[in-house]
Amino acid sequence: MLPDNPTLEQFLEGLKALVVAATMEFPAASTDEKLEELRIAYLGDQRGQLRAFQVALGKLAKEDRPNAGRQFNTVKQQITDAYETRKRELSAAAAPPPTLADPSMPARQQWRGAKHPVTLVIEEIEGIFRELGFTIATGPEAETEWYNFGSLNFPPNHPAMDLHDTLYLTGNVLLRTHTSPVQTRTLQRYAPPIRVLIPGRVYRRDFFDPSHAPAFEQIEGLCIDEGISFVDLKATLTRFANRFFGKKPTRFRPSFFPFTEPSAEMDVQCGVCGGSGCGVCKQTGWVEILGSGMVHPAVLEAAGVDSERYTGWAFGMGPGRIAISRYGIPDIRLLYDSDVRFLEQTADQASARVKE
Amino acid sequence: MNVSYDWLRAFVGFQLTPAKLRDLITSRVATVDELEPLNKALTSLVVARVVEAGPHPDSDHLWVTKVDAGTGVLLDVVCGAPNVKAGALYPFAPVGTTMPNGLKIEKRRIRGQTSNGMLCSPREIGLGDDHEGILELSTDVKPGTPFLKVMPAGDTRIVIDVMPNRPDLLSHLGVAREIAAAVDSPLTLPELEGAGAAVPAAQRVRSSGRTGPVEVRVDEEGLCRRYMAVVIRGVRVGPSPEWLVNRLEAIDSRSINNVVDATNYVLHELGQPTHAFDLAKLGGSTVIVRRSRAGERITTLDGADRALADTMTVIADAKRPQAIAGVMGGRDSEVSEATTDLLLEVASFDPPRTRATRRALGLSTDASYRFERGVDPALAPAALERTARVIIAVAGGRVDDVPIDIYSGEPLVAPMTLRASRVARVLGESISADEAASLLRSVGFDARVESPDMVRVMTPTWRSDILREIDLIEEVARLRGYDSFPDEIRPFRAGNVPDDPQWLTARRVRNALAGAGLLETRPMPFVAGADRGYVQVANPLAANEAYLRRDILDTLARRAEYNLARMQADVRIFELGSVFTPTDGPMPREELHVGALIMGRRQPPHFSDPKSDEFEKAMTFDAWDAKALAETIARESFAGMSIEVEDGGEGDLWRISANGAHVGVVRPVALDAPVWAKKAFGVELSLGVFDSTDVAPAGAHAYRTAEYPPVVVGQFRPLPTQPSSSFEMSLAVPAGVRASQIEQAVRQVSGDMLESLQLVDEYAGKNIEPGYRSLAWRLTFRHPERTITAKEIEGRRTNVLRHLEKTLNVRARTT
Repeated sequence: MLPDNPTLEQFLEGLKALVVAATMEFPAASTDEKLEELRIAYLGDQRGQLRAFQVALGKLAKEDRPNAGRQFNTVKQQITDAYETRKRELSAAAAPPPTLADPSMPARQQWRGAKHPVTLVIEEIEGIFRELGFTIATGPEAETEWYNFGSLNFPPNHPAMDLHDTLYLTGNVLLRTHTSPVQTRTLQRYAPPIRVLIPGRVYRRDFFDPSHAPAFEQIEGLCIDEGISFVDLKATLTRFANRFFGKKPTRFRPSFFPFTEPSAEMDVQCGVCGGSGCGVCKQTGWVEILGSGMVHPAVLEAAGVDSERYTGWAFGMGPGRIAISRYGIPDIRLLYDSDVRFLEQTADQASARVKE
Repeated sequence: MNVSYDWLRAFVGFQLTPAKLRDLITSRVATVDELEPLNKALTSLVVARVVEAGPHPDSDHLWVTKVDAGTGVLLDVVCGAPNVKAGALYPFAPVGTTMPNGLKIEKRRIRGQTSNGMLCSPREIGLGDDHEGILELSTDVKPGTPFLKVMPAGDTRIVIDVMPNRPDLLSHLGVAREIAAAVDSPLTLPELEGAGAAVPAAQRVRSSGRTGPVEVRVDEEGLCRRYMAVVIRGVRVGPSPEWLVNRLEAIDSRSINNVVDATNYVLHELGQPTHAFDLAKLGGSTVIVRRSRAGERITTLDGADRALADTMTVIADAKRPQAIAGVMGGRDSEVSEATTDLLLEVASFDPPRTRATRRALGLSTDASYRFERGVDPALAPAALERTARVIIAVAGGRVDDVPIDIYSGEPLVAPMTLRASRVARVLGESISADEAASLLRSVGFDARVESPDMVRVMTPTWRSDILREIDLIEEVARLRGYDSFPDEIRPFRAGNVPDDPQWLTARRVRNALAGAGLLETRPMPFVAGADRGYVQVANPLAANEAYLRRDILDTLARRAEYNLARMQADVRIFELGSVFTPTDGPMPREELHVGALIMGRRQPPHFSDPKSDEFEKAMTFDAWDAKALAETIARESFAGMSIEVEDGGEGDLWRISANGAHVGVVRPVALDAPVWAKKAFGVELSLGVFDSTDVAPAGAHAYRTAEYPPVVVGQFRPLPTQPSSSFEMSLAVPAGVRASQIEQAVRQVSGDMLESLQLVDEYAGKNIEPGYRSLAWRLTFRHPERTITAKEIEGRRTNVLRHLEKTLNVRARTT
């Protein structure tokens, strides 16, 4: 206990003893009541021990007061902290357990929204080509014969048209059979350099069966500038394939599209057999990914572009077919039937990584 | 198209396995879709060693042997071959094998001795006619090794996807030509035994002439680019020899008789379709190539009676059509066993007319397939000679007279120029004129280097697809091999085209709706509806695809029903897509719409949910959720515009407008639904109209400078530093007064300090006068620089209530 008129030395010793006792007693308080008793004993306004020190402080010699005052404040703060710490501990312990007696029970779920699997594929393709400076162009699905065929160097009444069984609306208005009419529209609208990606829905006169749909998605790319060559085509599409499918061998083989020349189809090594040949790749070791080629000069000329000065390349692919092989979808109609149980799975696919 | 590996090898002496040949054709010529081994019957054959061989006790020409076929036990096999000897290896067919001739190998007893399989002769496995003894193998593989590993036997069918620009590849000659160039070997026509008969050179005439007894005439030059014919007398029609049957079977073509097979053989060998008429059946010894006449009919070789149109070309005798030109012959003049004299036709019919005829008749044949792609008129003389010789080789007979050749002569072909500088520009690699010329020469071009930049090129007659310089550049790239070009990314310039604003909007809306827990769909955009006001598809394949939809909610409603039929009650789907409405012009109006449909539970059930009807009701999607979706879509789509959500009408709950223009609706969606289904609500907004007008006339452009959309940004408000003050007021609202009117009135008299006005409750029933409802609002006030006094708040409450009473006859609730 503190004498009535303590010396500075007695005052400081007393403070020290007080803080030692408090820091032992407070953590040991086992109930709220005991803690409150301690609070009153140490910090109480009337009978608290600190109150006695505060009174004694005023009686110290004037020159001793600043030092003693600082010590007093420090000790008061320490004791207050000890009290509050213990108070928090006790209240935490006393709070009812937040109904987590069995944490194995399931969380409260929200509906998981999802983009369509075909959208996922399109967006992934867009993302890769945006790294390479491509922007997005679109166009109408109801088109004229000229935009869909004529401007793209399709010879009239030629067997090349057999590859595009067409749904017509009236006269020379049709439902576009590919996204390529947007090539012509873009070439007529903007001067080169052009680097665009064209996603969209296209139509074919096909029965709706496990491997065909009368309406489906396509995405194509167009790159036109001075000095764009077959090497740029190979380089860009190889980069794309490596980013989209992982680093696997690719190959280009001759093909034919009226609107490109030279034309090339791109294959990527079969992911199922690793190139040794299996049923999926029809024993070839390769799976076809896209069609491509150098834009035919006649296409540039149809859009008023100087075909001597400008060259370029284009490619097109079917994101629906890619979604089917990528996600193991057995029937193309699942993509279009809109069964919510199918679409919900896309939420999981969106965060899944490509298997190598 | 099917080709035979063996047949190709008769043209070029290449040393490639079928798989290697496939890779070569695919990488340089056209894609090989499939390799089909034609020796499937031989796959179960193994190499076996005869360990012991002794005479059969009850026969003087049979042997009893013990055979090691790698199975671990020695098999007893009875064998009739005189050359069997112990220690040697032979092809062995175990029990269960079906031999190429259809014989099924079974466990048998032969004169009292068991036989467990068969040791095979060359003929039994299709390796020749030798049936004198079994095939002794000079190899030292282990017994049990598959026989085909030791000795490739049997042909392979190669299925090639020939693109429409390359009719020259529709024959063994065409494919072999490319292989010969690739492996740098000579190309020779296969030698056929007995096919050396003398065929005199044809007599060329302009439009008509005679060969033997037959008068031949082409009515119009446009019908037929070249028409050759020759009479062969004294043939004996019968079965074809085995080699011819095998050739045709290898390409999946059926053997008919020796004469028809000979014409088919040449079709697949050279790519020239030909037709043999029974000369005796041609009336008046006349053959005319002419347009068919209205009302004419013909029974074709397939037995079908067909009506002919005047757009078709026929080969007629003096009276009537005997063949549909380039498509199929007629039954009346078909070659039969009674036929002794033939008229052989070798022609080049007009491609577009052949195509139109084929489409009109729905009749595609090997001949029409080639004619509509173009058969080289220059091929006809060689094909005539070859066909006549093959016919004489397999059916006997002799050429009667000088063949007739109706042909106005080779078209003038101008030489083309190929610039090495252009090759480099298009292909990105420097290729010398010498290299380019030598690549072109390898497949039959006449290419001469005139300067380091210039090659003069004459195109071979069979390459009708080569029209301009770029076609030659493709040849160079293809023959050099696409793999020979590097694939390094080279510097490029940024493009000139800004992102399509409609696409940007669609992306924002899609992200928002998927983020709100909805599932994106991509259903078929057709409807069966036959009302006017729909855009009709002229040639639909199915009745439910006859029209294009005019709104997305209709499509989504059908998709919701599809889900209900699969017991899926919680449907929350959306779609972004085109809708179509008719216009006065030829093009429909096409708009990009977004539609969303919600029904069922707002979130999945959880075990902690209260089990009450009231809670279930509160957890079910209602009109307010649909209104929120509409507001979300509008916010994402019409940034910076003034969006109004107003009362609907005509079945709509709300109508949405942006800057005063109607853009969409919220409405209940009627479904064909089971009783347990909840109500469905739909939202549909238009995000813009597609510009489907021509950008510029053909051959022209209408360049725009890039148009960047206006920049729309909002400003942050500073966070408050002063406390707020609020009160609630419950109002008795008479029927006909709307919440929005009350809010408007409150704002009129509340002044700047009103921070928020929030509707907190709606109630009707007990304690509320009939015809009234109770609405409660919380009003929150704040001054930016000081605390608001109780007196100020009270003053505002008084003002607000007085104003409401005066303007709307709304009073504070007293009960």
